[in-house]
Amino acid sequence: MDALVTILAGGLNSAIGPTAIVFALAAIGLNVHYGYTGLLNFGQVGFMLVGAYGLGISVSIYGAPFWVGILIGLGASVALALLLGFPTLRLRADYLAISTIAAAEIIRFMIRSTGAREFTGGPFGIPSNVGGPGFAQTWHQMNPFPSGRYTFGWLQFTHTRLWVVIVGWGLVALVTLVVWLLMRSPWGRVLKSIREDEDAARALGKNVFAYKMQALILGGVLGGLAGIVLALNQAAIGPDQFLPQLTFFAYAVLILGGAASIFGPILGAFVFWFLLSSVERALLTADVIPTATIGPARLAFVGVLLVLLMAFRPQGILGNKREMVLDG
Amino acid sequence: MAEQTSAAAALAGVEPVPGVAKPDPILIADGVQRRFGGLTAVDVEHLEVQRGGITALIGPNGAGKTTFFNLMTGFDRPNAGTWRFDGHDLSHVPAHQVARYGMVRTFQLTKALTRLSVMENMKLGATGQAGERFLRALVPALWRPQEAEIEARAIELLERFRLGHMRDELGGELSGGQRKLLEMARALMVQPSLVMLDEPMAGVNPALTQSLLRHVQELPSMGMTVIFVEHDMDVVMEISDWIVVMGQGRILAEGPPADVARNPDVIDAYIGAGHGDESRFTPAPRRSGTAPAGVIEVTPPDEDEGTEDLADGADRRQEDQ
Ligand SMILES: Nc1ncnc2c1ncn2[C@@H]1O[C@H](COP(=O)(O)OP(=O)(O)OP(=O)(O)O)[C@@H](O)[C@H]1O
Ligand SMILES: [Mg+2]
Repeated sequence: MDALVTILAGGLNSAIGPTAIVFALAAIGLNVHYGYTGLLNFGQVGFMLVGAYGLGISVSIYGAPFWVGILIGLGASVALALLLGFPTLRLRADYLAISTIAAAEIIRFMIRSTGAREFTGGPFGIPSNVGGPGFAQTWHQMNPFPSGRYTFGWLQFTHTRLWVVIVGWGLVALVTLVVWLLMRSPWGRVLKSIREDEDAARALGKNVFAYKMQALILGGVLGGLAGIVLALNQAAIGPDQFLPQLTFFAYAVLILGGAASIFGPILGAFVFWFLLSSVERALLTADVIPTATIGPARLAFVGVLLVLLMAFRPQGILGNKREMVLDG
Repeated sequence: MAEQTSAAAALAGVEPVPGVAKPDPILIADGVQRRFGGLTAVDVEHLEVQRGGITALIGPNGAGKTTFFNLMTGFDRPNAGTWRFDGHDLSHVPAHQVARYGMVRTFQLTKALTRLSVMENMKLGATGQAGERFLRALVPALWRPQEAEIEARAIELLERFRLGHMRDELGGELSGGQRKLLEMARALMVQPSLVMLDEPMAGVNPALTQSLLRHVQELPSMGMTVIFVEHDMDVVMEISDWIVVMGQGRILAEGPPADVARNPDVIDAYIGAGHGDESRFTPAPRRSGTAPAGVIEVTPPDEDEGTEDLADGADRRQEDQ
């Protein structure tokens, strides 16, 4: 019984933790891209990267104030969206998919190259002590919670984690509200019509390119925000945290929760991290396989669950069944 | 041409030859060419479309009708040529702006937005929506009143197209014929001055076709000009003021229905030269008393390949969807 509590409590702590928040934000961005507009962005991690590095580089390496760093991180996501969108959004959907996945990797390689070390931290990234107190100093100073451990039932936090979790879920709520307002508006209707058939939207006088660009920017900024939360949570960043699979985790989160649903990405992130973490703990507790294989095993397990979900509930947990059965 | 419309009256004195000038053209195309590799899909030297009229664009499969629509509405770019719509040169205007000038088109392969409700489909058609701008979208108070007006207009149109009871269904849940109706109603939400309908009746239940025809016939009285592509010659003869016949990209003939029906070039284009039996295309009285003289009689499909295009195109097209 104790073991079960440990497993579930561990899962719950992950499910509401900073990583789940990061993926909820990234997946909300993908929901704007893919769920509502039909844009195939396979490089959401690129937006996360430029968000995180925009903050890290400007504050830790160039000594910019914290809030300027945040703006630069978000601005970098906007710039990346424009850069990717201009050449590809007039073309077929596959071009955006290919460009985004490639761009994310190219940026990562550029950032981690030894030649760029002076400007980006190179392969070692930007540890917390670079540039004196590091880019997260202001963030930590803003923390209203006195140092210590905080326990609420099964949930346990350090003061830094509690601060990230509270602000993080606050951001998720705010962003969800914005997306909800947008998607029930005529603006959102145009995005959905583009997802369904962009020529129909065009024939009705909608500037499809401009709307796709707006959607790409909005979703990209949410990706950038996810990167910023990730950076602040760790108070340090490294280039190899931003591997392509992060994008696919974000897609898994989105599809699990239900694409084109408002709360899908949040529930998806919660469930995804609950499962990953509780399965890990269960395997550790059961001690049936070598510890080194637990990481891959939990991913495989969640993968199987996802496959089953797709087989029996293809619209995701919160997705609309009625929409799903249409041939499109 | 059931009733003599004002456009029909205006066109009465116009000589039925390809490229002839019209008294009050809303659309004027000049030297429009579109080639796909070695194939010249469209090669229109000069065409004028009378304002306030119902102009049918007919021709065998592959004649270039859809391509011509695509060119006029900015969905495709010509290799050469210019055209003016309502005094504006639209030759280099992108598709989405064409609608704002008042020209709206529907598609041969219906584009009902499958995962939007019928009502959302309709509302999308309204132009100049404040709520379609990013920042204003965030403040419902800024677009709610306009949305209510749009919705009222949509309900009215849906009732007219007998889709009122379907307003909350998803576009993808409609039948093929209902999707055609929805697409046409949605186009009217734009409040266009020219509607270009690519095979609007294809796949629509014959009982509904009649009421749809009435709707199309009413459009000129609401200030709209209609150009439509249609393979069903009964329909063409019944509602057009003017018929333009395309073949292999060129305009073979144009004129009032009665003239076109008698035109040997048209008959050739449909059955192929040297086929001989032209008797079936001689004017025959229509079953309803109001029909004009000079109606092309539609023969049963399997007798002849050429006529199959004419008579049966609608049904086969439906299967494409
Ligand atoms: N995108 C394209 N690429 C190559 N060829 C094309 C393209 N679009 C049309 N064509 C060709 O141009 C010609 C005209 O086609 P179009 O679709 O305009 O004919 P249509 O008159 O609308 O025929 P239908 O009555 O069958 O709809 C055809 O020979 C077609 O194969
Ligand atoms: Mg066609």
